[in-house]
Amino acid sequence: MRGIPASMKVFKAGSPAQALKLLADHPLAVPIAGGTDFMVAWNMGLLNEKSVLDLSGIREWTRVEETPSGLRAGALATHAELRDHPVVRRRFPLLAQACASVGSVQIQNRGTIGGNIANASPAGDTFPALAVYDARVSVAGRDGMRSIPFVDSFAGVKKTILGQAELISAVDIPFPSAKPDRQVFRKVGTRTSQAISKTVAAGLLWLGKGGIVKEMRFSLGSMAPTVRRLRAAEGYLAGRRLTPDVVDTAAQLLAKDVSPIDDFRSTAEYRLEVSRNILRSFLAPN
Amino acid sequence: MAREACDKALVITVNGRRRAYKGPPFKRLLDVLREDFGLTGAKEGCGEGECGACTVLLDHAPVASCLVPASQAEGRRVDTVESLARSKALSPLQKSFMEEAASQCGICTPGILLTAWSWVKSGGSADPQAIREYLSGNLCRCTGYQSIVDAVVKTVRRSKKESLIRRQVSPHDYLPPRGGGK
Repeated sequence: MRGIPASMKVFKAGSPAQALKLLADHPLAVPIAGGTDFMVAWNMGLLNEKSVLDLSGIREWTRVEETPSGLRAGALATHAELRDHPVVRRRFPLLAQACASVGSVQIQNRGTIGGNIANASPAGDTFPALAVYDARVSVAGRDGMRSIPFVDSFAGVKKTILGQAELISAVDIPFPSAKPDRQVFRKVGTRTSQAISKTVAAGLLWLGKGGIVKEMRFSLGSMAPTVRRLRAAEGYLAGRRLTPDVVDTAAQLLAKDVSPIDDFRSTAEYRLEVSRNILRSFLAPN
Repeated sequence: MAREACDKALVITVNGRRRAYKGPPFKRLLDVLREDFGLTGAKEGCGEGECGACTVLLDHAPVASCLVPASQAEGRRVDTVESLARSKALSPLQKSFMEEAASQCGICTPGILLTAWSWVKSGGSADPQAIREYLSGNLCRCTGYQSIVDAVVKTVRRSKKESLIRRQVSPHDYLPPRGGGK
């Protein structure tokens, strides 16, 4: 089976208002941006007789700009644009690294941050980075805009909490109040390029006087139906010194916030152990 | 403008020439190039954006043309491997590939040449590791990659020398390095 082009209806939007109108008029049209995931299913012949709403022509949603409080990335910003953006590289290096680890150069040049979120894969490589930076997602709907915390934007595997008539317009990433003392991004896949992650991690750590943890943020992808922050471990570590026992307890607490599965890419046991090791080495005294 | 794109012609600038495609807008750019424009350099390998055999340059950036609907190439510039050689004269990058025996069965070669050309053109370095990373979306099952990396390194080195005397931008000349590409 293949995609049969004549069976696909294409609606092209040139502005946010047009996109919302077209979506209201054609509720079954699937919104697409870079199409890097959609087209794979299309090529397998799984999407014939459908219609798409092509958002790629909406200029307003392609901008990446620095605001007084952070970075605003339009939903249509590509992974390549974010990877190379000077503010992302300087202030959000984990996001730059995550974007550089998505697929390949060819995919980074097409795939968009908004499309990646809307696609809601449990394995989205940018998700742990966006989660530890406390990103928010701007959503456009018929009644105006709303902003939701990034980590709360997923309902499950391949499902967001977006309403049927809503579209992601931008991602807002606030500058951290201080430079983190340690940071990590780590993708574990079969190979570096193209592979879908077995586990993917991002972490930020701020230390106070005497090595007391001020704040730790850690997030994992591919370890649950949606990206997770390690709330239990984060809460436990605040105010503690990173002794071997404390690090070990934090690594044990990791399991409270995730629910990895066995699938064709890896096993739950492997995923859990590798994720714990990434957390352990991140927290281990230098 | 919002519209229901039906069988209206789409204009795409392919290898420097404006061409009109009339057909379903969701036909893949790969198929439009091969079937409608007779440019068979881009190959279909996996059809999933994993292998890179269908790589073309869309507004100078390497993309998997099997993942691009024609409607998204409308009004944009597409360069295929056919743009590299000037009539019968191979470009310096292609010559390096010949010299290093960087092509065997040849299926992956058009895609690899375009990804490599975008690296050279944007001022990419001669660091083999950086080149390997940039080319990691292009699979080759024959060469083991070493000869390909060697050919790109050679081209970058030559281009840095050449750029002292040349300024014109085409696959036959070189852009001066701007520290881009990485």
